[in-house]
Order: sequence, then structure tokens, then C-alpha cells
Amino acid sequence: MIKQTKHIIKVNQLRKSYEKVEAVKGVSFSVSNGELFGLIGPDGAGKTSIFRILTTLMFPTDGNVSMMDLDVVKDYRFIRNNLGYMPQRFSLYQDLSVEENLAFFARIFGTTIEENYDLIKDIYIQIEPFKKRLAGQLSGGMKQKLALSCALIHSPEILILDEPTTGVDAVSRKEFWEMLIRLKEKGITILVSTPYMDEANMCDRVALIQNGEIMSIDTPAKIIDDFGRKLWAVKSDNIYQLILDLKKMESVDTVFPFGEYLHITSKADEFNEERLISDLEKVGHSNIRIQQIKANIEDCFMQLMQ
Amino acid sequence: MIFGIPIIQLVVLVHAATLEMKSIDMYIVDNDLSSMSYELISKFKGSSFYNISGSSFSMDKANKAIEKNQTDLILHIPSGFERKLIRENESKVQLLIDGINGTAASLINAYSTSVISDFNRNIIVDLTQMPAIKNMNPIKMEESYWYNPELNYKIYMLPGILVILVTIISMFLAAMNIVREKEIGTIEQLNVTPIRKFEFIIGKLVPFIVIALFELAFGLLIGKIFFHIPIVGSLGLLFGFTIIYLLVVLGIGLFISAISSTQQQVMFISFFFMLVFILMSGIFTPTESMPVWAQRINVINPFYYFMRVIRMILLKGSGFWDISYEFFSLLIYAAIMLSLAVWRYRKVA
Repeated sequence: MIKQTKHIIKVNQLRKSYEKVEAVKGVSFSVSNGELFGLIGPDGAGKTSIFRILTTLMFPTDGNVSMMDLDVVKDYRFIRNNLGYMPQRFSLYQDLSVEENLAFFARIFGTTIEENYDLIKDIYIQIEPFKKRLAGQLSGGMKQKLALSCALIHSPEILILDEPTTGVDAVSRKEFWEMLIRLKEKGITILVSTPYMDEANMCDRVALIQNGEIMSIDTPAKIIDDFGRKLWAVKSDNIYQLILDLKKMESVDTVFPFGEYLHITSKADEFNEERLISDLEKVGHSNIRIQQIKANIEDCFMQLMQ
Repeated sequence: MIFGIPIIQLVVLVHAATLEMKSIDMYIVDNDLSSMSYELISKFKGSSFYNISGSSFSMDKANKAIEKNQTDLILHIPSGFERKLIRENESKVQLLIDGINGTAASLINAYSTSVISDFNRNIIVDLTQMPAIKNMNPIKMEESYWYNPELNYKIYMLPGILVILVTIISMFLAAMNIVREKEIGTIEQLNVTPIRKFEFIIGKLVPFIVIALFELAFGLLIGKIFFHIPIVGSLGLLFGFTIIYLLVVLGIGLFISAISSTQQQVMFISFFFMLVFILMSGIFTPTESMPVWAQRINVINPFYYFMRVIRMILLKGSGFWDISYEFFSLLIYAAIMLSLAVWRYRKVA
């Protein structure tokens, strides 16, 4: 019955105010059954507030949220039974062992490790050699795997992960996303938030969020297509001076630092690359490199933020 | 840790928190130097309570000693003490007591007067610092103390200290518990589970009740072995009452925990209540001698009930109907505190 609903999560004009700050300002989105949906935005954008309302931990100030066609305020009990949540902070019992944590959460949900072992097998098998170790003594990546196992132990319909890869090394991050994709293949709807723009490409659809407002919701490819302008990467020996000089130029529209390069757009949507190089050499830059590139999610984000 | 530390406290505190006066420092000014005065002084010397800290013929020197805190008491025997006693069948000595600690001073007074009147009932004690007791009653009183015939202070104090230890352990552990889960974030993970509020609170209660009952049993065992405290009443009744009492104390602890967000807040609030409750509980001073408003406040003081009941059961052998007032009061109290704790523990912010 639940599976027949097209949109398993529906958020409509959601608002949340803390004493003086309005953290979420009228957010609407919906997540389809079996979708891997990403909430992408910088720290303080309101991602955690939205998640805490969705997981029935906090009441919304205004607007309504339904999960599996049930209201998060009224039917919180049913929702809690069918929801897996992994908070941003590692919040398992550090003084219990890996195995004890898992058994404890299984029991709270009235199930056993064996009953849903298939679901967590891929993940748990990696930490099983350490099952007698205290959770507090695991490495960051292993803690994440244990937390994910605990969130899945009751075979939830929806999995909500609040910045699961923040502070995790690059290899573990990649592994973690691979695990999420395998879970999605098993039919679990996954809602994940992340401040890392590069992870957006792993999601089916993403919502770009900033200051409590959603700027854009679409597939990552579509969002990149919508960028609709040409983009160049520029670099020279003195990056900081380069920013200042580029911003002074009339033909240049936007300049954003991006790793060792600067991403720039032009007002006319066209550059005479050689002319730009000679202009820059005149003001004392050396080793100038310029090349046209394809936009990525972060470029779109920066553009939308303006 | 949970067991070891309270046991050490029990053994140390019972010895330390006694109101028995031992080794009273005494300064002697004997201006008579007669066989009679010598006999009186040896009477004091022979007692285990007194300790002669000095002697001279000058009252000035004696007063200096009191000022320097070198002595608690001056016994002044004036010249002509023996002669007067034989001729007129009546004589006087003077006691000067350091009155800084009122309780100690009145105890020293009582001890010393009884030593002197034991020696000769015709000596009139001229007491400088306690004028109210000057006119001594010539009637000799025969006293007998019930339930604690030797007036052994340890027998009285041990149950009281046991109450404090059991309470501190359970209240603090309970109070720290929920707030700790808040601090490390595990409460978040628990709150998204379908577990119910009262299930959660019961889960928090049971382990602490078990620990506290063990603690009590262990303390009683120590008391029996090392202090030979009498256990007159029924242990079953005592443990039954303790469970009700623990529900109250743990209810208070969990309530404090539920309304606080950091361990510091918990420490602060529980220290405040604990200190007030302990001092008002009647462990050192009888609650009946407190002002009426203080006695009214004691209605919400769980220590007060348990302090009475543990002594009643252990020392007097009181039965259920003797303690039924305390029992039902605490039962109501427990229901209120636990409801408050369940109510205040929010799964949703």
C-alpha cells in the first residue's frame, strides 16, 4: 500500500523559526518512491532543520510535511517505525560494542539482527571483524558504517542521512556513496544532505538550498544544462592579484576561485582568449593559462546564489 | 567505584559525624591543693573523656589558654575549697567553658557537672558561661535510654549516613543519565525510534533501583559487622519502603535531567536540593526542634521520611502500620515526581 504512493515524501511550504532566526523559509519539494534525493547546500542553509522536522524530532512552525502519506505531527508513531535516521553527529552508544549497539537498536524496533541481516549484510560485513570493539574506538569511516547499519536494522521505507560524509576521508566517502546506491537498488527511498557539491552527481535529483530557501530542484545533469553559459578556467602565478585584475576588466562578468583555477564568465558570453592573455600580461601576470570548461554543480550554485 | 566509595564514606563518616565528645581538653587551676581537690582532679583524669591540657595557679594564664584554643574547659578550684566543704558541708568550684560551639559547650557542661556531682553532691558548680544552669536541681535523676541504652552515637548515625549515601548515588546517577544522552547525542537516535516515553523512563529507573538496593544491603552488612548496629525490625519492610523511596528520589533525578541540557546545570540544581534536604532531614538535629515553617517544608523532603523510617525499623522494630504515614506520603510523592519526569521528557522539541 505504501509502495503505491508516487511521492513518498511531500513537503509543502515548510517554515521553521527559532526564537529570532527563520531557519527554513517556505520550502516545498517531494521525493518519489525509491529515489535518491540530495539536499545540497552550505553549512547553516537549513538542511538539518528540515531533516529534524521530517524525522518527527521537531515540530514545524508552519506548512505541512507528509511521509508515506502520513502527517509528521499526527502520525509520528507510525513514521518512526518506518524511518531510518542517521544524525549528523555520531550518536550511538560509544561505551557499547559494535555488536551490542546493533542488537540494542534491533530490539527497540522489536526485531533481531538476523531478521534483516540481508539488508545490512554488505555494510556490516566490513565492520564485523571489529564487532567486539567499543563503538567509540572505531575510525570515522567505520563509525559511519555502523551508524548506517543501525539506521537500517528495522528495514525502513525511508532512510534519512544528515551529512553522512562530512569529516570522512575521500576513499570512505566514495565507498559510502556506493553503499547508498546499492540500498537504492533495493527499493529504499533515500534523502541525503551534503555540503559537498561533487557528491550531487550521485543523486537522482538534488535540491540546491541556501539561507532556508530552495534555489533549484532538478536532476544534476539538468541543473548543469541550465547553467546555459560558457565558462572558462584561468590561472596564473599570482592568483589573488588575478582575481582583482579580472574583476576590473569590462568584458568579465563573474569570477570565482575554484581550487587552483578561477572560473570566469563573460558578459558577451565569448572571450578572445589571446587578447585576455595579453591584457593580463600587460599588468604583470606570468604563466597565464586559460581554457573553456564545462560547468559543474558548484558553478551553478554560485550563479544561483547571486 | 559505585560500591567502593560509599563504603569508605560510610566507615569514615560514622566515626567523624558523631556528636560524642571525646578528649575534652581541660585546664586546671587548683588554688586549694588539698586532698579533696586532688581527688576531684583525679576523677576527671580517670575519665576517658577528659584530657588534661595544662595547669597553673593563675586564672589569667588559664584564660589565655582558652583564647589560644588550647583548651575547651577550665576547672577552677578556689582556695578554702576543702575547708568549706567539711565545715559548712557545702563548697564551690567554677567551670569556664569555651562557648564557641554551643552544642559542644552544653555537652561539656553536662558531662563535667555530672562528674562533679558524682564526686560530691554538695559541691555547687558555679558556671560562668552558662548562667541558666546555675541553680542545679538537687534531685538526682535516674535516666534510662530506650532503643539505644548505651547512647551509642554510631548506632544512631549509621542509618542516617546510609540514607544519604543511597540517595546521592541514585539521584546523581539518574540525574546525570538523560542529560548525558543529550550531550553525546544518543538521545537523538533513541527519539526517532517508536519507544514510548514511559518505557524509556522505566528503563532508566530499574537499573538504579537495583544498584541502590545493593548499596543499602552492603551498607547494612558493614554496619552489622563493624558497628554492630541492631536490626530489630523486618528487613523486608525496610527494603520495600526503600523501593518506594527510590522511586521518589529517582523521579526527582530524572526530572532534573529532563529539564536540563548540560551536566553542569544538573550538578547545580541537584547540589542545591541535596544540601537543603540533607541538612533539614533530621540527620544531626531532631526535626521537631526546627521552626514550624521548616517542618512544613520537610513535607517535600524525601530524606526526612526515610531518615525517620530507617531508624524506626532498624532500632525500634517498627512494623508497617507504624510507618504507614511515611509510606503512603512517599507513594503519592513518587507518583507525582515520576509523572512530572515522564511529562517533561520530550521526544519532540
